[in-house]
Amino acid sequence: MIRLSDIAHGRSGDKGNHANIAVIAYTQAGYDWLRDHLTAELVSIYFAPMKPSRVQRFEAPNVWGLNFLLNDILAGGASRSLRIDTQGKTLALTLLQMEIGVPASIEAMKRPFTT
Amino acid sequence: MKTLRIGNGCGFWGDNIDAPIRLAQRGKLDYLTLEYLAELTMSILALQKQRDPDKGYAGDFLDVLARLTPILHQQPKLKIITNAGGMNPLACAHRARSILAKAGLARKIGVVTGDDLMPCLDALLPAHPFTNLDTGEVLQTIRPRVVSANAYLGARPIADALAQGADIVITGRVADASLTVGPAMHEFGWAPDAWDRLSAASVAGHLIECGAQVCGGLWCSWRDVSDWADIGYPFVDLHDDGAFTISSDAGPGVIRETMIEQLLYEVGDPARYLTPDVVADFTSVAVQPVDGRTMRVSHAKGTPATDTYKVSIAYRDGYMASGTLVIAGPGAVEKAKISGEALLQRTGCTFDRSNIECLGAGACAPGIVSPLRTGGEGPGVRGELAEVVLRVSVHDHRKEAVERFAKEFAPLVTSGPPGVTGYTTGRPPVREVFAYWPAVVEKSVVQAKVEILK
Repeated sequence: MIRLSDIAHGRSGDKGNHANIAVIAYTQAGYDWLRDHLTAELVSIYFAPMKPSRVQRFEAPNVWGLNFLLNDILAGGASRSLRIDTQGKTLALTLLQMEIGVPASIEAMKRPFTT
Repeated sequence: MKTLRIGNGCGFWGDNIDAPIRLAQRGKLDYLTLEYLAELTMSILALQKQRDPDKGYAGDFLDVLARLTPILHQQPKLKIITNAGGMNPLACAHRARSILAKAGLARKIGVVTGDDLMPCLDALLPAHPFTNLDTGEVLQTIRPRVVSANAYLGARPIADALAQGADIVITGRVADASLTVGPAMHEFGWAPDAWDRLSAASVAGHLIECGAQVCGGLWCSWRDVSDWADIGYPFVDLHDDGAFTISSDAGPGVIRETMIEQLLYEVGDPARYLTPDVVADFTSVAVQPVDGRTMRVSHAKGTPATDTYKVSIAYRDGYMASGTLVIAGPGAVEKAKISGEALLQRTGCTFDRSNIECLGAGACAPGIVSPLRTGGEGPGVRGELAEVVLRVSVHDHRKEAVERFAKEFAPLVTSGPPGVTGYTTGRPPVREVFAYWPAVVEKSVVQAKVEILK
């Protein structure tokens, strides 16, 4: 098993009581894999303990990004949530820790060496 | 070809106060934008204004402006666009004018108002129901509790103020990206229906609106940042056709990864990013690196703006308090749970809502990142934790119940399990809650107003 963070990076934030999580592949091959495997349903199951009312997925192939909108996941949001992470700032890191089976072409998905 | 350089030195009220100074010094900017208003800032400013009619704006801006005055002497053409006016742009502008006068600077200040809908709210209701976009409820149900209601104005009044000769434009609530779109609209003379160009400038504004977040802040590859102390703040070089490059004045610069993380930050459907100026399609842009710290963004597409403004409404919603204690030693997680439950029981109150968290054991993603998971699936915390932070929070419509709650933290130091410490900051403060009510209103009923301070 590897983690999503081995082939993607991301960021999350709030929109009222909803949160968005962007998952961005490091390569085109990684994006193709994510588009086929990281479904809204899978993300919905993963975050089920935090009770989102609905999970939508949007595609941004130009930037190898999938954007997930998790409705009503913030227990009230910035103004009235009783949680420490009122704005869902850390949710992307939580999703990126998801364990996934090793894709066949994993080498083409890893973060390219940069200087 | 004319290039317009716009930099953003402040991403929210509370952001680094040296960043705008450094960006103005190092950035060779045409425009410096400063963004101060989060979703709920307006409710706090509304109450400040109620208490004192000369208050109700982001005071940090005035400190920044005073420190910028030597630079404004050196850079006579540098213009500033800010939403620091909050609930009282005019008062903010008057204070800004005296700061400039004291420094011997003659700058024209433009003031944009009209976003504050409180004066006309009852006239607009019920024909304009301000239906809650999330819940579908109409505003009438909570009308007496409303503290503030502001429309997100667009770039046009900012461009108008600049056309009337303003060097500094101070606004109330405007869409964050419009702080960038306004100068572009003015400098390039774009037509109101130049949707692709307006979309491009909105993408630029969206990318820089959160300051360092586009150039190293929050970057997943954070180990690649060599100097966190001087992380850098962003600027764009915008062309008449809408294409732009983006970089920063220090730090790792803007690279593909940092930029795309920010492009999708706080976005719903990236193909339909709604601003008052345009519906921008983020999936249309082409991105490519220029050098190791600069990216180029081009080919943005846009479609006509909607005929409504987004409206941010805040209403009184009871009281909240949160307190913490440190729980150390063997069984820390279990002891924290026991202590939190005892604390709530000892108040003798039943609260509208309460929450017990165990910081250090997965509280940021409750139920997903599990405490003391020893292997197998899912993210977890491995091994025994040396200590955790117990955090208990309540929300209730009765202020006295929340005040009672705040008194129950200290007793646990002597009457809880062993290893309770970290009680040094006194009783947690009880604060009033201003809940958020997102809505829209027809543009035709909102009148943006521009004036130049004489």
